[in-house]
Amino acid sequence: MSIAADQTLDCSGLACPMPILKTKKAIDGLQVGQVLKMIATDPGSISDMDAWTKKTGHQLVATEQENNKFVFYVKKMK
Amino acid sequence: MSEQLTNRLAIIAAHGTLDAAYPPLILATAAIAMDMEAAIFFTFYGLNIIKKNQADHLQVAPIANPAMPMPVPNIIGVLPGMTAVATGMMNDWMKKANVARLSELLDMAIEGGVRLIACQMTMDVMGIKKEELIDGVEIGGAATYLNYACDHAIALSF
Repeated sequence: MSIAADQTLDCSGLACPMPILKTKKAIDGLQVGQVLKMIATDPGSISDMDAWTKKTGHQLVATEQENNKFVFYVKKMK
Repeated sequence: MSEQLTNRLAIIAAHGTLDAAYPPLILATAAIAMDMEAAIFFTFYGLNIIKKNQADHLQVAPIANPAMPMPVPNIIGVLPGMTAVATGMMNDWMKKANVARLSELLDMAIEGGVRLIACQMTMDVMGIKKEELIDGVEIGGAATYLNYACDHAIALSF
């Protein structure tokens, strides 16, 4: 799947809670409707990104796994 | 699920060891990232976390700590220098796992608007002056914490 991302954020190697802290900052800097591509290696980020998008109201458009990397596409909703 | 509630997290941090300092700061910063608000009430040894330039110098003792990944028998743990050894090891593990330093989490907590409340009573007990604490800390007591927490907060104590 290829989704057009407006910005890419690489959180590879970072441990909890850094991926969601950086994701929050990156999303704050986008316009509504834009998509952030976030890359993480922390397996906990799968659950955390699901929880984070549910709580904040942004949309987790897609999740991909490539080797040991997890790629999340998050659409800013508000 | 996002805008209906003002979600807040009210944490009590009562311990000042390296390991005990992480959960309050991780949860408070994560709360901010999740559009919640958070406050940490620092009391007793927890005050060490918010002393100036202290966050990255907290220690963990191997004595009576059988849960360490490499448990140290208590008879060894009492030897001089063992706390420094255990602290060095734990800092190494944290670094290898790429965990943020406590000072970084503290900076992010402040930047994100986490309320840092220092307990006046325990400051007096432990002889800690306001000037010894990092900037941005407010001073309060039990009522300050409870007044914040009673407004539908998730309340946690570490």
